[in-house]
Amino acid sequence: MSAIEEVANEAPAVEAVPKRAMTLGYGTSIVVLGLLVIAPMFMKNFIVFQLTMVLIYALAVLALNILTGGSGQFSLGQSAFYAVGAYTSAILMEHVGMNYALTLPIAGIICFGFGFLFGQPALRLSGIYLALATFALAVAMPQLLKLGVFEHWTGGVQGLVVTKPDAPFGLPISQDRWLYYFTLVVSIAIYIFSINLLKSRSGRAFMAIRDNEIAASAMGIDVALYKTLAFGVSAGITGVAGGLGAIAVQFVAPDGYTITLAISLFLGMVVGGVGWLPGSIVGSAFIIFVPNIAEGISKGLSGAVFGVLLFLVIFLVPHGARQVAIVAQQLIGKLKKG
Amino acid sequence: MELFINQVLAGIATGAIYACMALAVVMIYQAIDHLNFAQGEMAMFSTFISWQLMQWGVPYWWAFLLTLAFSFAGGILIERLLFKPLAKAPILTNVAGFIALFAIVNSVAGLTWDFTIKQYPTPFGSSPFLGSQLISTHQAGMIGVTIGLLILLYLFFQFTRIGLAMRAAASLPESARLVGINTSWMIALGWGMATAIGAIAGMLIAPVVFLEPNMMGGVLIYGFAAAVLGGLTSPLGAVVGGFLVGVFENLAGTYIPGVGNELKLPIALALIITVLVLKPAGLFGRPIVKRV
Repeated sequence: MSAIEEVANEAPAVEAVPKRAMTLGYGTSIVVLGLLVIAPMFMKNFIVFQLTMVLIYALAVLALNILTGGSGQFSLGQSAFYAVGAYTSAILMEHVGMNYALTLPIAGIICFGFGFLFGQPALRLSGIYLALATFALAVAMPQLLKLGVFEHWTGGVQGLVVTKPDAPFGLPISQDRWLYYFTLVVSIAIYIFSINLLKSRSGRAFMAIRDNEIAASAMGIDVALYKTLAFGVSAGITGVAGGLGAIAVQFVAPDGYTITLAISLFLGMVVGGVGWLPGSIVGSAFIIFVPNIAEGISKGLSGAVFGVLLFLVIFLVPHGARQVAIVAQQLIGKLKKG
Repeated sequence: MELFINQVLAGIATGAIYACMALAVVMIYQAIDHLNFAQGEMAMFSTFISWQLMQWGVPYWWAFLLTLAFSFAGGILIERLLFKPLAKAPILTNVAGFIALFAIVNSVAGLTWDFTIKQYPTPFGSSPFLGSQLISTHQAGMIGVTIGLLILLYLFFQFTRIGLAMRAAASLPESARLVGINTSWMIALGWGMATAIGAIAGMLIAPVVFLEPNMMGGVLIYGFAAAVLGGLTSPLGAVVGGFLVGVFENLAGTYIPGVGNELKLPIALALIITVLVLKPAGLFGRPIVKRV
């Protein structure tokens, strides 16, 4: 080996997950869905709002999961796409007067474009470099949103207030509940889309790239296309989540979309289990409720609790919620036999 | 012209800090092939310790040395306890570990010393350097310390047995193990040194940005930019990259219309991405070849 060259035997960025293990079984799915539909009927508006946020973040975590669990690239910059989606929805609703539901596909498409374009330079980066580039994107985003040039549209530092939609057709449910069900429908649609995407030809191409890029290109997979495509799809879904988030929180401001959000989403994915789509909702619940609980124990402690819990997850259940689910399944299986 | 020279000198001075951070980042990257996202927070924690020592009446340079020793030990401890078990884990798990460390250190520092901004003394004074209005003695001191550090590191890696062993462990771990080098401890040593270098960066920049738990956020990103620019495998590159980023940042802020102070950070980040795209190995880095 010459002195100039350095041979790297890179460990894979992500451990492979078999395709079948990506989703829940039908029975379990229906039980979970039933719970998600019925639960909010008996809860206070504030808790319903929090559940809505869980669904919204779950979408963003799911998007990251498609990127990382699917194609093996990772991103610490999802907050940037989330912000673009949120601002698209907010601007269309407040400045153009568009219906909130219509703003979501537009947010999705715009973010898809951004993600696809960002994926182009990102093609040449892998592993840790990609993490760094996306980290940079996330850090830059709040600064860009504050720029004077866009102030007329974005509201600058103050941000924009978004009107909360009423339930349509005079349905007798509160705004919070309506928004929850609206979010639930969007989430289910995107979840089904994601599963089908990963099971499709494109999904298999993603996974081939994840497991061995060189082998994948040798098999005739257009690595560049599929890598950027994964970025685009992931960004698009994150954008829809961002738009929903803007509608639910009724407010967008640059400081809501900092690197902290990006890190939270990343943690949500790790906790939920990389490559296991249902884990997204577990991870999302983790990043929404754990800081609250930690803050309740001692003010200012949430970061430490967050970090310690994360280390516990990494050490004890490196595959996150998926591992817990598998262990639980085995236990139930044993009980049935016994 | 006066303005230009002034901006370049100020850029070199802040660049010295970025260079220190970049050196710390490169040290850990060499040892374990990961970017330490918690590097800035670790440096901030070290700086707080030196501040606490000074509050207790320890003179500056004693506090400085004690902090270095403490940081060195702390770095080794963190590696042994938290990251050694993760050595074989996928990159993703390691990134999550660094982020967890980031959150813990930041939160603990905030709880212990709260989030109010604190003054931090400078050992060099803040009068103009050698009677020149262009640069203060503190800035000159920062440049001097960084260059001194680089020379020390160079001597260490070139002329000591341990330095040689560390280089061997970083470049070819298997072969190094075969010739009897304890590679595991070399990695821990790398962590210790990186933490100590980070502590120096923290203590040098604290008089400029003031002491508070979030002080290193921006600095770390510039440190990454510097390390990437210079090449993640080259300590010299890290230092050169640091100075370049510092100067570039200042000149862009002054001369490109509309950039000002607001956009300095995005500019540094655009720089990272551009360099990564054009020359992924950085200016001084070795290109990485994959074996199929």
